[in-house]
Amino acid sequence: MTTPAAPRAWPVETLARVPYWVYQDEANYRAELRRIFEGPVWNYVCLESDVARAGDYRTTFLGEMPVIIVRGEDGALHAFENRCAHRGALIALEDAGTAKRFQCVYHAWTYDLEGNLVGVAFEKGSHGRGGMPASFCKAEHGPRKLRTASLCGLVFASLSPDTPPLEAYLGEEVRRRVARVLRKPVRVLGRFVQRLPNNWKLYVENVKDTYHASLLHTFFTTFRVTRLTQGGGVVVSEDGGHHASATLDRRDDSEGAAYREQGLRADQDGFGLADPSLLDTVDEIGDGIKLQILTVFPNFVLQQIGNCLAVRQVLPKGAGAMELAWTYFGFADDSPAMHRRRLKQANLVGPAGYVSMEDGCVGGFVQRGTAAAADELSVVNMGGEGAESQETRATEASVRGFWKAYRRHMGY
Amino acid sequence: MTARDLPAADLLPLVSALNADYARAIDDDRLEAWPGFFAEPCVYKITSADNHRRGFEAGVVYADSPGMLSDRVAALRRANVYERQAYRHLVGLPAILGEVEGAVRAETSFLVVRIMRDGTMDLFATGRYLDLLVDHGGALRFRERIVVCDSSRFDTLLAIPL
Repeated sequence: MTTPAAPRAWPVETLARVPYWVYQDEANYRAELRRIFEGPVWNYVCLESDVARAGDYRTTFLGEMPVIIVRGEDGALHAFENRCAHRGALIALEDAGTAKRFQCVYHAWTYDLEGNLVGVAFEKGSHGRGGMPASFCKAEHGPRKLRTASLCGLVFASLSPDTPPLEAYLGEEVRRRVARVLRKPVRVLGRFVQRLPNNWKLYVENVKDTYHASLLHTFFTTFRVTRLTQGGGVVVSEDGGHHASATLDRRDDSEGAAYREQGLRADQDGFGLADPSLLDTVDEIGDGIKLQILTVFPNFVLQQIGNCLAVRQVLPKGAGAMELAWTYFGFADDSPAMHRRRLKQANLVGPAGYVSMEDGCVGGFVQRGTAAAADELSVVNMGGEGAESQETRATEASVRGFWKAYRRHMGY
Repeated sequence: MTARDLPAADLLPLVSALNADYARAIDDDRLEAWPGFFAEPCVYKITSADNHRRGFEAGVVYADSPGMLSDRVAALRRANVYERQAYRHLVGLPAILGEVEGAVRAETSFLVVRIMRDGTMDLFATGRYLDLLVDHGGALRFRERIVVCDSSRFDTLLAIPL
């Protein structure tokens, strides 16, 4: 398969500058779908528990390509394009379900759980007339098949034969931090979708941006859940594309001083909760890490904010819009108290999240702010120009890591 | 005589009036009055029809005390950042569905238009309120209000309660 040439020239060498056309350009967006989402990457597609038994399936997207993920009769995971080999209609119309086989509603072409075309209605015609030519071979027709890989209950899919094995793709440091959170069978607690008025990369950058967290999300700082002056750091994968940031649980009342000295809005001492049960967190992993945000290039976020656990899937919807699919989860063996704690802490995240609602609008502020600035450059200089791991969160290293990986995939 | 002893025909205007006051408080930006529509203890949750049907318990907003509702308002006023916006609630006639554990059960459809600072008006949410109502200090109040949105998709963010 040939990939289209990069539609534009990247204006600078440094990772610390990014042109704004990258969030706007339609040709660039179409190239991203081919080169990144349908290219040599692992896209998060669903949880293993979503497709637990033979025939269980979910539908989702690789970028904008509709796909079906299904558990085969053999217990293996299969994934294929949700597109009938006949006229291209969607094969599965539900978000999830259980099937013995899939049949396109348009002309009833039928597929097995591995995406093989096994039935063509009236293949031999009717009363000796019509039908497919004798040369038609079902095995030569079918939706494109994807590779799948799973890790700690997460399922990823790739259209490219060149994608390295998932564990090598993630690298040991990121893999270990996935396993740190997903230590046992999960139980889904809820699913919501947030439609964001911005290019998908603005959200991915935002999630990787440890610098903004305590400045934009003032709920955190006001209630002293995190400050940049708290301990923590950020790990960036070798290729730059994945990251994990951590905040250590360490309270110190003198921390507010740095915020006060700089007159930051994020400092509002004396603001207390009427019902502080929301912040009653338990160190369930036992390593003192209160907060971990992890990304896998290009579309996956794993979040541990106290006891609030979620995965987020980034789904591009044109150059100027995207959807963020949230799956909140706990574990199958959660006690009633832990279950209730997770329900309460879910207030922190999602479309109405105390520490995430701003992320729903800030990408749109950039999208609108840069409407006339396609050839201007954003400044991504906190912590230098490199994309290596750093023992501070006052850095944009992981954002630069994203651009390092992005430019490599895109040929910029 | 408590609310649950009243026949459905007598409850209808009471529940309707409570819904009207509730919607006006939100739409008029008197959010500080919002927790006062609930009894103590109470449950308030915003979820979607799909999550509700599947028994997924997490909401986009979940509160199990009036304190958590006040905290939501305080955070909106002091901590959270979002573009200036307002709601217009259109609330249907409640269906009075009997009694559960000493509370009146009611279900009411709603439609919420969101008006942004630049004048954009969007159909932001539709759904139904699943309510348990009790007599609380001589007034009808929500012991439980589960806001079941018809769609699981929310545009941009949800700051103001539904």
